[in-house]
Amino acid sequence: MSHAMVDAATTPVGARIAIELHDVCVAYDRKPVLWDVDASLPAGQLIAIVGPNGGGKSTLLKSILGLVRIASGSISVFGKPVRDVRRLIGYVPQRESVDWDFPVNVADVVLMGRYGRLGWLRRPGREDRRIAAECLDMVGMTSFASRQIGQLSGGQQQRVFLARALAQESTLYLMDEPFAGVDAATEAAMVEVLRTLRNAGKTVIVVHHDLQSVQAYFDHVLLLNQRQIAAGPVREVFTSSNLQKTYGGRLTLMDEAAQALRLSDQPHGRPR
Amino acid sequence: MNDLDLLRLITLQDSTTRTVLLGTGTLGLVSGVVGAFAMLRRRGLVADAVAHAALPGICVAFLIVGSRQFGSLLLGALVFGALAAWAITLIRGATRVKEDAAIGIVIGAFFGLGIAMSGVIQRSPGGNKAGLDGFIFGKAASMVRDDALLIAGVCAGVLLIVVLLYKELKLLCFDEDFGASQGWPTLRLDLLLMLLVCVCTVAGLPAVGVVLMVALLIIPPAAARLWTNRLGPMVLLSGLIGGASGLAGTAMSAVLPAPGTRGWPTGPLIVLCAACVFVVSLLLGKARGVIPGWLGRRRIERTA
Repeated sequence: MSHAMVDAATTPVGARIAIELHDVCVAYDRKPVLWDVDASLPAGQLIAIVGPNGGGKSTLLKSILGLVRIASGSISVFGKPVRDVRRLIGYVPQRESVDWDFPVNVADVVLMGRYGRLGWLRRPGREDRRIAAECLDMVGMTSFASRQIGQLSGGQQQRVFLARALAQESTLYLMDEPFAGVDAATEAAMVEVLRTLRNAGKTVIVVHHDLQSVQAYFDHVLLLNQRQIAAGPVREVFTSSNLQKTYGGRLTLMDEAAQALRLSDQPHGRPR
Repeated sequence: MNDLDLLRLITLQDSTTRTVLLGTGTLGLVSGVVGAFAMLRRRGLVADAVAHAALPGICVAFLIVGSRQFGSLLLGALVFGALAAWAITLIRGATRVKEDAAIGIVIGAFFGLGIAMSGVIQRSPGGNKAGLDGFIFGKAASMVRDDALLIAGVCAGVLLIVVLLYKELKLLCFDEDFGASQGWPTLRLDLLLMLLVCVCTVAGLPAVGVVLMVALLIIPPAAARLWTNRLGPMVLLSGLIGGASGLAGTAMSAVLPAPGTRGWPTGPLIVLCAACVFVVSLLLGKARGVIPGWLGRRRIERTA
């Protein structure tokens, strides 16, 4: 690991593609969860991965990170295998993936974002603490720094995870449902942070479940239901027929999708 | 026990007591420290299985070596303990058997084998076999100087690893996936933590025994958690509680009046000391104790 961390310190100059997925298949217990995913995710954009529960969204993020072994196909990040560019990647896991009863406070958790840069044996120093405090400030959680993490609301916990990813000072961010359990005001503030990242040239990929906000938040979208349904700019790809294919036959979700499209007609014009 | 004996104990003039205190004190300290990580990673019961699985390992080592040579018995215990930990992972991973069931199966199978083997060995003629059953409940009083030094040395090594890899272990226990995304070899770190638990457990067998060893890994961190909401202080406090319990239990076993000449068994007294600390912590613990929690609620109700 120390190898990858030292080598990949710099941002790839002029990289236009952040992630290249080539015929990616993933199976758990011999059951396929991802089938033939084949897409190029552009650098410097806000990208949503959208699809029904069990559609393999989290699995796709985890296979990009190398946390899940792919059965076939290949994945490259900025043209390299992920193990060579780990320092360029920040990660926000699902909130449910950790024990919030764990004896750490907010500042401790954000500081963990620095661990990857530190490498073996080295302890976080003053500079790391300063960066962590800055990131905590960016998500508006400074006054909670010494709170035990279990004493936070769901939305505050998500902001702490976002701050931890910011502390990684990455080029590419992968976020698994960062808006789950977040109230509207917090979501708006978090989206502002994501836009700031994007405007600074970073790539942000978000597993997203709220169809209504896809067009407002994102530039690019990957529709996924085990198979890749469509991938491309939101304006071109986020259509009712593609959504039907993605959510096929699920009535309530279909209604939601239809409503999302109708809502979006007003500010954005009809998506094609 | 008269006043003179008590004086000798307190002033550490008695070399036997000094030896046992060195062994049980360092053991308690390191068990508390390693136990904190094991508990947070929910590996407490795996440690129990490792301890129980050590018994057949001790018997096999005895059969191979043919004597009660301390180091080789511990090596046998370590090999079988690791085997048990691996068996649990294998059963859970390869089938749909849940972890608690897998642990139950492994504890039963290995401990049964151990009891059967030690029974046969005890009854077989010849050889210096006395005291093999001492590993079941522990027999700290029979610890000799070399045993205590070995335990202290092993514990110092374990402690050093935990101090060096504190940051890595913290990350592993809190958020394994995030750690892996940063490139940390979480599987190998997890195996290392299991190995530390195994080594700790095996080091404790002569003093505390197979059955009670898990208590020394679990009770101190559980008590420490009630006092603090941060990992560093919790690990430190857990080590202190474990070490103090080791010392106090040993001292009590030497001092408490008992019928006959054997005195009170040390291992159980150590565990009971830790349990007393836990009960006090449960009531008074600053972070999560019952009484501070009740007072806090009452204060809010009054002001509301």
